Amino acid sequence: MKMNSTDNLIRLSNGQVLSKETIDGDIATINFGPTHPATHGIFQNILTVDGEKILNSVQTVGYIHRAFEKLAERRPYNQITPITDRLNYCSSPINNLGWHMTVEKLLGVSVPKRVDYMRVIIMELARIADHLICDSIIGVDTGALTSFFYPFSEREKIYELYEEMCGARLTTNIGRIGGFDKDFNPVFHQKLKEFMRTFPAAFEEWNGMLERNRIFMDRTRGAGPISAERALAYGFTGPNLRAAGVDYDVRVMHPYASYEDFDFIIPVGVNGDTYDRFMVRQEEIRQSFRIIEQAYNNLPEGAFHAEVPEFFLPDKKDVYNNMEALIYHFKIIMGESEVPVGEVYHSVEGGNGELGYYLISDGGRSPYRLQFRRPCFIYYQAYPEMITGSNISDAVITLSSINVIAGELDA
Amino acid sequence: MGKIEDLEVINGEGYQLTTLDKAVALARSNSVWPLPFATSCCGIEFMATMGSMYDLSRFGMERMSFTPRQSDLLIVAGTISKKLGPVLQKVYEQMAEPKWVLSVGACASSGGIFDTYSVLQGIDRIIPVDVYVPGCPPRPEQIIDGVMNIHRLVKHESMRRRYSQEYRHLLSEYKIEVTNAENDK
Amino acid sequence: MTNSELSQAIYALFGERIALSEELYDTLVIEVAPKDAYEIIEQLKQDPALSFNFLTLLGGVHYPEIEGRELCVVYHLHSWKNALRLRVKAYLPAEQPSIKSVTSLFETANWMERETYDFFGINFEGHPNLTRILNMDEMDYHPMLKQHPLEDATREDKDDRFFGR
Repeated sequence: MKMNSTDNLIRLSNGQVLSKETIDGDIATINFGPTHPATHGIFQNILTVDGEKILNSVQTVGYIHRAFEKLAERRPYNQITPITDRLNYCSSPINNLGWHMTVEKLLGVSVPKRVDYMRVIIMELARIADHLICDSIIGVDTGALTSFFYPFSEREKIYELYEEMCGARLTTNIGRIGGFDKDFNPVFHQKLKEFMRTFPAAFEEWNGMLERNRIFMDRTRGAGPISAERALAYGFTGPNLRAAGVDYDVRVMHPYASYEDFDFIIPVGVNGDTYDRFMVRQEEIRQSFRIIEQAYNNLPEGAFHAEVPEFFLPDKKDVYNNMEALIYHFKIIMGESEVPVGEVYHSVEGGNGELGYYLISDGGRSPYRLQFRRPCFIYYQAYPEMITGSNISDAVITLSSINVIAGELDA
Repeated sequence: MGKIEDLEVINGEGYQLTTLDKAVALARSNSVWPLPFATSCCGIEFMATMGSMYDLSRFGMERMSFTPRQSDLLIVAGTISKKLGPVLQKVYEQMAEPKWVLSVGACASSGGIFDTYSVLQGIDRIIPVDVYVPGCPPRPEQIIDGVMNIHRLVKHESMRRRYSQEYRHLLSEYKIEVTNAENDK
Repeated sequence: MTNSELSQAIYALFGERIALSEELYDTLVIEVAPKDAYEIIEQLKQDPALSFNFLTLLGGVHYPEIEGRELCVVYHLHSWKNALRLRVKAYLPAEQPSIKSVTSLFETANWMERETYDFFGINFEGHPNLTRILNMDEMDYHPMLKQHPLEDATREDKDDRFFGR
């Protein structure tokens, strides 16, 4: 911060010049992050504040840059799934299945209807888990720690469902190129039914604590707003864009995995503030639940994977008894399966917005180039604009309500 | 867990004798205040550990201390990149003695699957680590196991350890200044 | 609107300035000269019939073996009106990897261009703040270029014999 010699002008660190009359108190600089209790991850925002009011903010990102895109250039296609897990780790299955669909698009594989429905169930469970964590954190940041404990017991049930499908809780590596490694097992059916029975009541109980809570509403309404025009200019997608009033959803505009079969609405907000983002996510949880019900009740019979022996691991007993299966097994494990030359872009509606995969294949064992469209990375650049002029405490809840996931942000 | 019976004591009528070392260690081990340095995926599992199902507060650890000045245990959960390394070291330096470090997950312990140009290959390159928890990410049970191991270490640590030559030598290997050097005299 | 109609419309608008156009996996891909890229994207955005209003993704690709076209900037545009995607490519020579920034058209390009600069060293002219974003400022190379290794060079505990390298 440098005081300008010209009498009553103040020059801020970003070059902005303010007249002294507009300043109420003293100008101070606050390091909001990299380690700050309210950041839920490692982000740095250097805030210039006038008393409690934020004048501007300078962002630093990249604190957990892990070089996913470079890493993907060294790995065979089926070994890239674990990398995608770690993008948005609150909803890993969406990332996994989106990647599988991208490769299927490149290979020209079409999957059976049952696989689509199974994918929809898993992806919507993941969306619920993702939104639960985001909305409960908004509660924590407004001072209601209780709202963190309620949904976590429901999240554990979703984790248990993942465990039945893939054995892992968080970084799932779920599914395979061409479908799933196994069908829903009886325990999964039982647990999913149990989840479908208990979730709505548990959800509404938790929702009731916040949704029409006077304190929560006063605290979140008008905090960190963004208009639809600005949100579009910044490339917002997902719940944050919908909270600003634009009904863009990849599931509807470019349906994948048979989303066109399901009846659901896209909730939109009006003001694009923290409360709208909260409400949009809450409604999306209800809609996701509706989709799960529809998909599960109409789950088609059939195979749980497509016939792609080049990519889908054969049964272990076939590997021991069948020459061809042994060859395919070897090829898949060693990453020697043949891949066509080409480039595809495929996107899915992730927890935070349009999650895209731009894949260039030169026919080699690993992608020539794989670029992820990471929604967090793209919309987080709007954060300074959203918080300028508001209080520091509003900056905290704005950060939690746009749901920035460090893994996805920094790749 | 922390019962006075665990210690070697001399029991008499209406009194119990033990060494100050052991009494202090017992007290310390039952009120470890953690500083969660959660960066990525492991942080979410750590949140689950704090959550209603696994409930870390059963071990006297519900007070998450977000300031390094008032915490005893640094829980590093998640990938630490080279860009973040100096920040982590700074946080460690700011903690008051005695302090312990729990490295949660493969990334923090060894870089994990990210053997890449941008990732620090294990936090033990910049700060001393007491307990490593494997897993990518570890399950909450594993994190709790790591915490229990920390408790065990705390319980059996001599009060003089932090003033010893060996400890100073250890820190000097990491180029960390010893904060309590004066007290030693 | 279908891809072939889109292709015709684009040829009608720009004619010779489109070096190549092909349909790859239901997306139309056009190649343009770097000096035209900004103008063409601007017109694609403003044309009322096409209205490519959304920049989905911007990134780079490195082709070290193609001389004079080593670096490629790829723009993914999306027309919500027609629910169509379009991929625009511009190839740059390695000696002078420079292209006009599209930040004045799409503010979202700001960080994506910074990331591309960070990874590939592509210079976006007119960018408000073209600095490294994900890597450390001290880094002296652009890591996504094919000649640079993925692995951490300082690592001692991995014995190559055990890792098949």
